[in-house]
Amino acid sequence: MRVIVTSTGPTIDSPMDPRFGRAEYFLIVDSETMKATAIDNASRNASGGAGIAAAQAVIDARVDALVTGHLGPNALNVLRNSKVALYEGIHSSVEDNLNQLKAGQLKPVATGGQPQYGQGGGMGQGGGMGQGRRGGQL
Amino acid sequence: MRIAVLSGKGGTGKTTVAASLALVTTNSQYIDCDVEEPNGFLYLKPEFSRSSEVKVRVPLIDESICTHCGACARICQFNALAVTPNRVLTFPELCHHCGACSLVCEAGAITEVDRRIGVIEADAVGFAVQGRLDVGEPVGIPILDDLKIWIEPGRTAILDCPPGASCAVVHSLEDCDFAILVTEPTPFGLHDLKIAAELVKTMGIPAGIVLNKAGKDNSIIETFCTEQNLPILLKIPYSRQIATDYSNGILPVQASSEWAYLFGELAAKLPGLAQGVKA
Repeated sequence: MRVIVTSTGPTIDSPMDPRFGRAEYFLIVDSETMKATAIDNASRNASGGAGIAAAQAVIDARVDALVTGHLGPNALNVLRNSKVALYEGIHSSVEDNLNQLKAGQLKPVATGGQPQYGQGGGMGQGGGMGQGRRGGQL
Repeated sequence: MRIAVLSGKGGTGKTTVAASLALVTTNSQYIDCDVEEPNGFLYLKPEFSRSSEVKVRVPLIDESICTHCGACARICQFNALAVTPNRVLTFPELCHHCGACSLVCEAGAITEVDRRIGVIEADAVGFAVQGRLDVGEPVGIPILDDLKIWIEPGRTAILDCPPGASCAVVHSLEDCDFAILVTEPTPFGLHDLKIAAELVKTMGIPAGIVLNKAGKDNSIIETFCTEQNLPILLKIPYSRQIATDYSNGILPVQASSEWAYLFGELAAKLPGLAQGVKA
């Protein structure tokens, strides 16, 4: 299995980068051999749409899975439309993340069921009821 | 003639100066270019009887023709498209409407469709015109392009620019004959005035200063103006009365004949200043 892990450095012992769109590197790791190839994240300094560009890079790399920190709504929207499995990484090295993934210990990212396509998607249920309490002195 | 009123720093009095000048200038137009938050109407109180929607062209993908080659996403400088193996996603709010995606699409799967981002509003005589960006929209530049269509030849247009010195200000300033930089005698005022002064200089637009909230010691601004050869055209004192009137929607030129006279004097100087006459 080929996995992309967002990384703060170009080697497998680097800490996982919890940022997705603005991660320093994407490390493509072969989970069997643990051989890693680093891709510089070209969209790291994009003024906008970094998450979208990063998602495109992940799709173009034709990997099976992605391990990262937080995926924003736009990036998630793009990745939902691919076959890339998404996992929430742990704050540790890329290598540790790979081992956890192989052991089935990483949490899959909730993709919210059906993919939503680009603009205009998004449904939410807002709830919330409040009970006001006045301060004791009133 | 087009006069831009800008400041760099927000809250120095752009709208006070721009709306006041518009009121005392004959055959003028007040153009509110602060499309994220137009506020000149609070003082000029126009009845907006005309309006036109501002639309931009964004890509629409025909999935039945699209080959998912990815060329559109690669050419887009704003990451407004993403190509997945079976679908192209568009992010219209990131689009800068350049049309590159449809140009590079060999399959011809991209057409451009209208998308509203805001509105232009004007009174019947075209004295008060404002652009208003819709809530949630990030890019107001196309509204500024449309606003300039409402400027009538032969009239004096006073453009109330947005704060800062970003693209929106640059865009407002383009084609202006003179710039009035409104500032205040504070370190923040000076800091942002320097940026604004550099901007107009770079764009080759002659400029002068209105010093608002002037106090006993204004040397912080005066020294800079002397160094940069920027004339101080008007000083408005730090005055509780002006602030009180302003908070009630009344401009200095409406509250006192003295201010009407002083702004009138400034207005009379503008055609000369725009032609390079020294203040």
